[in-house]
This record gives sequence, structure tokens and C-alpha cells, in this order.
Amino acid sequence: MPQNGSANRLPSKHFEDTPEDFGMLAGIRTRDLRKIYTSPPPMASGGGFGFGPARGKKNKQPKPEIVALDGLSLEISPGEIFGLLGPNGAGKSTTVGILTTRVRPTGGQAWIGDLDVWNEQVPVKRLIGVVQQRPNLDFALTAREILLFHGAYFGLDSQTRAERADALLDRFKLRDRADQMVRGFSGGMMQRLSIARAMMHDPQVLFLDEPSAGLDPQTRLLLWEIIREYNQRGKTILLTTHNMEEADTLCQRLAIIDHGRNIALGTPSDLKASVPGGYLLRLRFGQQSPELLQRLQALAGVREVRANDKDNNSADIYADRGGPLVSEIANLASSANLELCDVHISEPSLENLFLHHTGRSLRD
Amino acid sequence: MNWKTFLALLGRDAHVARRNFIPLLLQTFLQPMMFVFIFGRVMVSSGYMPAAYKSLLLPGIMAISMVFTGVWAVAMPLIAEFQFTREIEDRLLAPMEISWLAVEKVIFGTMQALLAGLVVIPAAWLLLRPGVDLNLHSPLTFACVTLLVALFSACGGLALGCSMNQAHIGLMFSMVLTPMIFFGCTYYPWSALAHFPILQKVVLINPLVYASEGLRGTLVPQFPHLPVAGVLIALTFFDALFLATGLRQFHRKAVS
Repeated sequence: MPQNGSANRLPSKHFEDTPEDFGMLAGIRTRDLRKIYTSPPPMASGGGFGFGPARGKKNKQPKPEIVALDGLSLEISPGEIFGLLGPNGAGKSTTVGILTTRVRPTGGQAWIGDLDVWNEQVPVKRLIGVVQQRPNLDFALTAREILLFHGAYFGLDSQTRAERADALLDRFKLRDRADQMVRGFSGGMMQRLSIARAMMHDPQVLFLDEPSAGLDPQTRLLLWEIIREYNQRGKTILLTTHNMEEADTLCQRLAIIDHGRNIALGTPSDLKASVPGGYLLRLRFGQQSPELLQRLQALAGVREVRANDKDNNSADIYADRGGPLVSEIANLASSANLELCDVHISEPSLENLFLHHTGRSLRD
Repeated sequence: MNWKTFLALLGRDAHVARRNFIPLLLQTFLQPMMFVFIFGRVMVSSGYMPAAYKSLLLPGIMAISMVFTGVWAVAMPLIAEFQFTREIEDRLLAPMEISWLAVEKVIFGTMQALLAGLVVIPAAWLLLRPGVDLNLHSPLTFACVTLLVALFSACGGLALGCSMNQAHIGLMFSMVLTPMIFFGCTYYPWSALAHFPILQKVVLINPLVYASEGLRGTLVPQFPHLPVAGVLIALTFFDALFLATGLRQFHRKAVS
């Protein structure tokens, strides 16, 4: 089914930006943000951390400490679509939790616009809309009521509430289910409604934690279109993802997060260009041979050769070409009497970038 | 304090309560009415209980209904919204200091408990008549006691709902509410425990004792009861204690 983009756009009359609104354009800033959990992180952080059987019989040993954020500094301009990319447990959801008043930082500071998030919570909450990783809709209400009550919490008058709810239900293709209880909704419908709810009070800054997880490709495209459209009205959007395509196509800038630290920052194309060569060849041989690795390094187009720490028989090669290198590598291996057991080629991607910085795959 | 937000939150709870009116009604009144019928009607008319028991029973049943309703009305949604639907996350992001969300829950629970208590009086009176001998000497004191009882049940619901794990709901009823009801001087006056001196002292830590005795002292003062002034002080103390505990637990749940 084609996306009939412009016909379905949010009618701007319901979401008009007054001049004062533009005066309030808000970016996001964090300085040296730290978060250490001493108990299993509750719902506000979105989970993602593993706790062992820490509750011993006699709880004399010190509480387990999980460092979720380890000095994270970010600067996100007003009107930017910014992505936080990283594996599960990297600290993405904790960052969103702190920026949305739901997680108390152990150290450092965070601002939305000029407002200190922890010390000026109420005005901050007026500026932000939040879509959590897990659906958190009100099961006692219908889809329309969810939007209407959310609007009421933000003090919208009843006419504005009704108009906006209608416009959002249309835009998110939920009109025909508007007056049904959300209990029976599919995951994708709940996700769409969660995003519609976050946009209901027309916030300046929108947080989306894994917005397209579990969505079918068509809904994902609809969602991206809506996010871009919202951004074009001057809104700042922070999204977390571990989906490469989403980060690549949607985000204007990205931070790659691992173990609570910012390990790379830039536009998707800059980041991809920062990987030596761009192509990644993951090789596995019958046995280990340091001489072979040295000879691989000398091949034309090879920028970097890394022996894998965990598995001595394998190596990662960063190069500016992919497939054509394979036959040369195979020749070198056979002349050294080594078997080339496995080759995996990745084209330039954010996945390669993550691997290059951390030595681990995003999916690990 | 943001009144628009606060009222909208109350409006949401009222809307949901309206939608669930019939189940809510059954849940609130079925059990106390059955108690009233069996103990006040069947046992009395068959001669196993003296006729005066009708009047003695009514304040106790009223206390049970109020406490049960208040605890249930606050604790159950909180447990579900924090742990199951996570719906409360949306309201925690409403532009208001989050303690007010807990206060809103308490106010709504208090109103529900008041309603439950005030409806029990005519319902039980109808079911038990003739022979219920109510002597409302001081409506103001009665109103104070009723309000404090409703408040302590809602605050207790807040404290329980924010401390309990979803998996322990059954335990909450068997370990907390059931002993509270049986050792709460609901079916008998506190003075009836005179033969069990240790138990008589121990039950004084049970706030329901003050609820039952306070209602007894203001509705049917002809029966022995704890001094009403003491009851008012004790109820105020429990209200404050549960509210403080509840707010602290609520913050621990809401912010990590």
C-alpha cells in the first residue's frame, strides 16, 4: 500500500507554533552524567541490565553495583534528530530516564533547553514527550480516551484536545479502532498510540526509546515519516536504537554508546567514513599464524588487520574493498599452508564502526 | 501545585470507576452484606446471638468495608500500574510534582472508602431492622472519625501498593488484611478481649481497632468502647505514619 504522505499530514492548524513556542526551542545537554544502580534498575530505566543471584541468604556483602552511565556528555541542538546507538545495556535507556526526570543521576548534570532536569522537573516535563521502550498504555481506557486524558493532564482545553486526538488518530491510522479498549491492540498499534500520545501536548523535545522495535516494515516507514515531519516543525528528537538502518536514515547525528560512555559522535556518513577503509572482512583460519597476518597487512587496500583476542584463529581486516580481496587472501593462506575456513564480508556500515571501536558486534 | 493536572488525574480515576461501577459495587458490598445477614439476621433470629448484637456489629462492618475498599482502591491499581501495565509512567510525566500523583490516589481512595462506609449504614439498617439502635450524639465527631478512617485506609493502600510485589497480592490478603480484620475488634468490642490481657494490648498496634472502636463510640455509644479522644489521636497518628511511608515508597518506585 503506498504511503499517501501529504494527504495524511497532521493538519498544522491544530499544532500551530506560536512565536513564543519558537522562542522556547529546546536542545538537550548532558555533562559528565553518571549513574550507578545499587539495586536492580526498576522500570524507569527500561531494564536491560542483568543482575545475578545477588540476594544472598545473609545480605552482608556489599550491594552489587552496576555502572550504567560512566561520564556521558552530549550536546544536542534544538531541531535535531539525534540517535543514541548501542547494544543492550549500553546505557541508552538510562540516559533517556535521566533526561525525562525518571532516573536520578548519581553524578553530572542534564539540561533540556536552559532547564536543569533534576532541579526543575515540572517545567521540564512540559517541554518533553516520552515514548518508553515497553508499551505503557492505560488498559482501562479506549485509544481516544488515552489521548484526551493525556491532553487534559497538560491542561489543554477540551476543544483542542478533541481536535488533536482526531488528527493524531488519523495520522497514525488508528481511526477505526479509536473507541475500542487498548487491551486488545496488537503490539504495533500500541506502539503507534504511544507515539501519538507523546505528541498530544505538542512537546518541544520528543524522546523515543527504541521506537520501531517490533514494528512491521510498513509501519516503520510510516513512523519515520511522522518523526521527520514532526522534526520539520523545529522539534528536537532523541531516539535510541540498535537498528542500523534506522540510525542511518533517520538521524542527523549519532552518538555510539557502550558501557555508559560515548565512544563516537558525528553524522552517520562521517562516522562510517571514520572506519578505516569501510569494508570489514572477518576471517577464520585452520590455525593461528602471525606471519600470515603480517602478509595480509601488506595487501593492497588493507588498512588494518586485527587478530581476535578471544579466538586466536580469527582476524578482522578493515579494507577499502571487499569481495576482490578474498581470492588474494585465500592465495596467501594456501601458500602458507593454512586453511581459510570462514569469510564474512560487511559493506561500510555503522555495525562495522561499532565493531571497530569496541571489538564487539552490536548484537553481542 | 498544578490544579488542572491534578483535577484531570482525578477525572481519569472517576471515569474508570464509573466504567467499572457494577463490579466495584459487588466487590465492596457483597462480603459485608453477607456478614450482616448471617451474623445479624440468621444468628440473632435463631437465638444464638442476643438481639443487641445487631447494633454492636454494624460499626465493625462499616469499618471493615471502609478499610477494605480504601486499601483495595489505592493498592490494586498501583500494583497493576507500576508492575503490569506501567501505565503510571504517563502520569508521572504529567507537569506536576510526582508526590501529588500519590496524593491524588489517596484522595480518590478516601472518597471511595467514605462512600462505602456511608452506604453500609442504611444498607445494614435495612437488612437488620427492626432492632438496630443507633445513637448519633455528635455528628461532628462521627464525621471526624469516619474521615480519619477513610484516610488511613487509603494511605495504607498507598503504602502497601508501593511496597508489594505483584506476586505477593495473595500474601497481602492472608498475612495483612485477614489478621487485621479478625484482630480489629470488628465483630466484638475491645473490652471483650479482657480475658486475654496480652492479646488485648497487642491488638492496639492494629489501626482497625481504632476504626471499629471509634465508629462504635460515635454510632452506638451504649456499648463499651475506647475513649473517642484517644481514638482520634491514634487514627491521626496512623494516617500520618501511612501517608509518610506511602509517599516514601511511592518515590522509590517512581524514580530509580
